[in-house]
Amino acid sequence: MKWYIIKRLLQIIPVILGVTIIAFSLIHLAPGDPARTMLGQHATQQEIDQIRAKYGLDKPLYVQYFIWLGNVLHGDLGRSILSHEQVTTEIASRFPNTIELAITAMIFAVLVGVIAGIISATKQYSAADYTVMGVALFGISMPVFWLGIMLMMIFGVFLGWLPIGGRIDLLIPFHRITGLMVLDSIIAGNGTALVSVLLHLILPGIALGTIPMAIIARTTRSSMLEVLRQDFIRTERAKGLSERKVIYKHAIRNAMVPVVTVIGMNFGMLLSGAILTETVFSWPGVGRLVVDSVYARDYPLVIGCILVFALVFVIANLITDLLYTYIDPRIHYD
Amino acid sequence: MGRNNPNNMKAGVLAIVVCGILIAVSFSGCVQNNPPAVQKILIFGSAGDADKLDPADVTDQESTARTDSIFEGLVEFKSGGTEIQPCLATGWNISADGKNITFDLRHGVKFHDGTDFNASAVVFSFDRQYNASNPYHQYGEWPYWSYMFSDILSVNKINDYKVKIVLNNTNAAMMTSLAMFTVSIVSPTNAAKWGADAFKHPCGTGPFKFVEWVKDDHITVEANKEYWRGAPKLDKIIYRVIKDPSARLLAIQAGEIQGMEFPDPASFAQITANTNLQLLTQPGMNVGYIAMNNGYGYNDTNKNGARDPNEPWVKTPGYFAPFTNRSVRQAVNYAINKSSIVKNLYKGTAIVAKNGMPPFMLGYNDAIVDYPYNPTKAKELLTEAGYPNGFNTTLWVMPVSRPYMFDPTKIGEAIQSYLEAVNIHVTIYQIDWATYLAKTQAGEHPMCLLGWTGDNGDPDNFMNVLYGANQCNLGIAGNVAFYNNTHVQDLLTSAIQTYNTTQRANYYKQAQVIIHDDAPFVYLAHANQNLVFTKNVKGFVLNPTARYFFYPVDMTT
Amino acid sequence: MVRKRETKTHELIRRFRYNKSAVFGLILILFLVFLAIFAPFIAPHDPTPSPPELGNSLKPGFWSNESIPGYPLGTDMMGRDILSRIIYGSRISLTVGFIAVGIATALGILIGVAAGYYGGWIDNVLMRITDILFAFPSLLLAIVIVAVIGQGLDKAMIAIGIEYSPQMARVMRGSVLYIKEMEYIEAQKAIGSSNTRIIFRHVLPNSLSPVIVYGTLMMAGAILDAAALGFLGLGAQPPSPEWGAMLSESRFYIVSGSWWAATFPGIAIVIAVLGLNLLGDGLRDILDPRLKE
Repeated sequence: MKWYIIKRLLQIIPVILGVTIIAFSLIHLAPGDPARTMLGQHATQQEIDQIRAKYGLDKPLYVQYFIWLGNVLHGDLGRSILSHEQVTTEIASRFPNTIELAITAMIFAVLVGVIAGIISATKQYSAADYTVMGVALFGISMPVFWLGIMLMMIFGVFLGWLPIGGRIDLLIPFHRITGLMVLDSIIAGNGTALVSVLLHLILPGIALGTIPMAIIARTTRSSMLEVLRQDFIRTERAKGLSERKVIYKHAIRNAMVPVVTVIGMNFGMLLSGAILTETVFSWPGVGRLVVDSVYARDYPLVIGCILVFALVFVIANLITDLLYTYIDPRIHYD
Repeated sequence: MGRNNPNNMKAGVLAIVVCGILIAVSFSGCVQNNPPAVQKILIFGSAGDADKLDPADVTDQESTARTDSIFEGLVEFKSGGTEIQPCLATGWNISADGKNITFDLRHGVKFHDGTDFNASAVVFSFDRQYNASNPYHQYGEWPYWSYMFSDILSVNKINDYKVKIVLNNTNAAMMTSLAMFTVSIVSPTNAAKWGADAFKHPCGTGPFKFVEWVKDDHITVEANKEYWRGAPKLDKIIYRVIKDPSARLLAIQAGEIQGMEFPDPASFAQITANTNLQLLTQPGMNVGYIAMNNGYGYNDTNKNGARDPNEPWVKTPGYFAPFTNRSVRQAVNYAINKSSIVKNLYKGTAIVAKNGMPPFMLGYNDAIVDYPYNPTKAKELLTEAGYPNGFNTTLWVMPVSRPYMFDPTKIGEAIQSYLEAVNIHVTIYQIDWATYLAKTQAGEHPMCLLGWTGDNGDPDNFMNVLYGANQCNLGIAGNVAFYNNTHVQDLLTSAIQTYNTTQRANYYKQAQVIIHDDAPFVYLAHANQNLVFTKNVKGFVLNPTARYFFYPVDMTT
Repeated sequence: MVRKRETKTHELIRRFRYNKSAVFGLILILFLVFLAIFAPFIAPHDPTPSPPELGNSLKPGFWSNESIPGYPLGTDMMGRDILSRIIYGSRISLTVGFIAVGIATALGILIGVAAGYYGGWIDNVLMRITDILFAFPSLLLAIVIVAVIGQGLDKAMIAIGIEYSPQMARVMRGSVLYIKEMEYIEAQKAIGSSNTRIIFRHVLPNSLSPVIVYGTLMMAGAILDAAALGFLGLGAQPPSPEWGAMLSESRFYIVSGSWWAATFPGIAIVIAVLGLNLLGDGLRDILDPRLKE
C-alpha cells in the first residue's frame, strides 16, 4: 500500500510539470511582447527592463521556464496588471470563498445524491424511482448558470426567501480570520453572522451541487442495484436478517466504492461549475477571478489561477484514488 | 459487543445533546455582551470599485465618489449647483489682467494625520501635477491637468496662509475649476511618509477619514471628529461594490444598503412604488456619444497641453479611412434613431442630445437642427462617399454603467443593428474599463462609445476638453474622436480667455455649428442623474457634477 | 420453412426501437435538427432585425395581457422575438456541438489509435500528454484556450474541440487495445498486411461504436460548454442568438419583472442536452453494454 502511494505521487509529478509548462507557455502564446503581456500596456520602460532582467526574456525558452518556475516555487507568481497586487495575494484572498462554496455543494450533492440513489435502487421501478431518475436526468442536462439564475429568480426575487448575492448581510460586522466565513463566525461566536453566511451559501451551493448530485444519484442507484443482486446479499437474506439491515449494513457499504470514485471525478466538474456559479451569484471566489482576468487580459493573474485550479484538481484526484484503494477491500497493490 | 447494543444509541444521543449545549453556550456569549451604541453607518452600493484614491490622478466617478469624502479644495460648489464658495480658502483676489489669483487660506485646519493645513500643502498639491522636477510627479499621469489647468504657470507660497496662482492667460473658468476634485489639497507629510503608496493611505482635510480599502469589495471611511466645520452626522460610510444592478436593487429593497447609484431605468416603476425608498433624480450635466476616430492626433512631448510646431499630426493607431470622410460621419448620424434609443433603452430617463453639452449650459446653440433619422439619406451619403456597399468596422463598447449610459452594451447592440441596416457591418469590442479608457485615450479605436459628466458647470469643461484640437494628445486625449479642427480650437481658446459671457456664448455657438457640420460624433443623450436611498437617509443633495457630498447627510432610525 | 437470419443492422434497429429513452432522445434531437434546418420558414420573425424594433422592448408573452400578437414567448430588451431567436439558436448550438465533437474525434483518433496500436513509448508519451490535459477542469481548459486564441464562436468551437480530445483519445485507445488482441488481427499480421491497412480496414471500423456513443454524449457536453462560453461573453458575440449569450444578456431584467428572456433559452439548452444524453445512453445500451463502466 505504501509503495502504491509513493508510485502515485511520482506519477503526478510529470503531470504537474506539464501543467506548469502549459501555464508558462501562455506568456508566449498570448499575442504581443511577453514583457507587456506580464505588465500590461502601460508599463514604463523601466518596468519593462526590470521584468526582462528578472525573467530573462532574452534567454532561450527553456532557461526562461526554469527561471519562472523557480520564482513560482518561491511563491512569486508576479503582479496583477489591473490591481498591482501580488497574484498570490489576490488568489489567496479569494480561495477560501471558493472552497466553502465547493464544500457546501459537495455536501448537498453527496447527501441528496446518495440518499436518492439508495431510495431509487431499493424501490426499483416504483414512482419514487422514476421521479428520482427523471430529476437526475434533468440535472445532468441543465446548464449550471441557468439553474443558478432560475433559483435566484424563484427564491430570491419572486419569493424573497433567500439572498441572491454576496456572502453575508452587509450590515453585520464581520472580522475575517481564516477567510472561511462559516468557520470564522463560529470561532467569533457570532450567531447572526453564521446564520447570514449559511443563508447566502444555500442558493449557490444548490446550484453548483445539482449536477454532481444527479450524477451521484445515478451512480449510487446502479451500484446499489448491482450489489443487491449479488450472492452474498442473498446469503444474508437467507440467514434471516431483516431487509433494512441487509441494506444498511452490507449493500450500502459495498455500493459506496464506485460512488467515491465518482465523487472524486466530479470534483473537476465542481471547479468548472464554480466559475459559472460565482459569476451568476457575484461570489468573490477564484472562479470569478479567472473570468475577470481573462476578460481583462491580466495574464499573470490568469496563469496563477490556472496553476491553482489544476493543482487542486490533481491533488483531489490523487486523494480520491488513494481513498478508493483504501476503501475497496478487493483491491490489493504491491 | 452486540450490534444492537442499546448503550450505543444512548451514547450517541448524549453526544448530540452535549454538542448542542456547547454550541448554544458559545452563541449566548454574544447576547450577554453589552450591545454598542447604534452607529450611523451608511452603506452605499456602487457599480464599480475606485481606480485610485489620488484625486488628482483619476478621471472616473467611482474614485471621485470616495475622494470627495476625504479631500477638499480651496473653493467648493454650493449645495446642489456649480456656483462656488470659500472652502479651504477664505477669500481671493483676481488681478486686473486676470493672470494672478491670490488666495487667503483658512487657519486652524488640520489634515487627518494631525499636520497643519497651510500654503506648503497647497503648493505641493499643485506642484506635483505640473512640475516634472517634483519628486512625486512620477507617481501619476495627471490627465486633468492638461484638460483644465494647463494655463497655470506656477503656484507660489507668499506666506504660510497666502498663495498665488499665476496663469499665462486669462481663464474665465479657472475659479470654478478650482472647485474640482483634481485640485483637492493633499497632505505633503503623508506623501513624504509613504512615497509611491501615499494614496493607499489617503490623507486630506475632509469630513471623513480613510479607514480601509478591500479591493473589489469595499472602501470604508469614518467621521473626522475634528473637521473644521464640525463633525459630520454620519459615523461611517462604506462604499460597497455591487456590480450586478439586480443585486444592488435587491440589497436596497432588503435594507442591506442604504443608498445606491445607477439604478436600472427598467426598475424605476417599482422603486417609486416602494414606500421605503426614495428616488432622487434631476437632469444630468452630461453627454453620451459615439466618437468616430477622425484619424490624427499628436504626441505632446513637452506636456504643455497644446500642440506645438515641433509636434506634428500623426495617424492614430485606430485610423480608419471611411471615418476621415465627413459624408460617412454624417451618414452614421442619419442612420441612428436616437429618439427610439432614448425612449426604449434609456426608458425615458434622458433627453436626446443634438449638441456636445447639455441645454442649460452657457452658449448652448438651440438653433442647430439635429440630424433626423433617415436611413435612406444615410445610404445615399455612403454611396457619394465611395462606399456603396458599406464597410466593416468595430465599435468599442464599455462594460460598465456610466452616468450618461446605464447599459452601454445594449446601446452598442442597437447601434450595431441600425448601422447594419445601412450596410455598415459592426463588430462589438469590449474590454475592461480601465484598459478601455487608456486605449481610447490613445486612439486605438475606429469608433467608440463614451461620454462625459461636467466637472465645473462651465461650457469650456465640455467644449474644450472634448472637442478641442489641443486635446488630441495621444495617450491622455480628452478628444477621443481626434477631431483636430484648429478653427474650432481658436474659437474655444478665445471663449475661455474673456470674462464677457455674451462673447463667450457667441464663440461657443459658432463652434457648435462647425462641429455639427463636421459630425465627428453622434451625440446620443443627456441622461438624468439618478440615486436611490432608503427613506431614513436625509439631507443628500444631488450635484450637477454627479459628485457625492455626504457631509450634510443624516440617518434617522 | 427457413427463416432468414437477421442482419446485424436490422438487429440494432430493432433493439433501438425497444429502448424507449433512445427513441425519445432521437425524437428531441430530430426536432431540433428540423428547427435548425427550416428556421427561416418556422421562425415568425427575424432573430436580429436591422434596424431594431426597440419599441417592442421587454414585452411579455402569451401568458400576459400586455403581450404583442405574434410574439408568443415575449421579447428581449432590444425588442427581438425570443421564440425566433431560440429557433435560430438551434443552428448555432447544433453546429458548435457537431464541429467541436468532430475536432475532438479527429484529434482523439489520431492520438488514441497511435497510442493503442503502436504501444510502447509512443503510448506512454501520448498518455502523459493527455493526463496533463486532463489535469485541467474541463471548462477552464476551454477558457484558457480562448484567452490565447481570442473570443468568438469559431474560436470557441476549436477550444471545446481541444478540450474534449483527451477523452476521445482515451476511448479510442481503449477500443484499439481491445481489438488488437483479437484473433483476426493476429491473422492479418500473420499474412503480412501493412499496419496502415490493418488500422484502416479493421481497427477503425470496429471502434466505431464507442465513438458514436461517446460522441453523442460529448456533444451534449459541448453544447453546454458553448453556452457557458457564450454566457461568459467568451463565445458567440452579439447580436448572435446563441442560447447562452441570450441568458447573460437578459438576466438583469428578472428583478424588474421581465423573467421570460432569461428562462426560455435555458429550457432550449435543457431540451438539446437532454435529448443527446438520452440518445447517448440508449446507444450505449444497444451498441455495447460493456461500455457501461
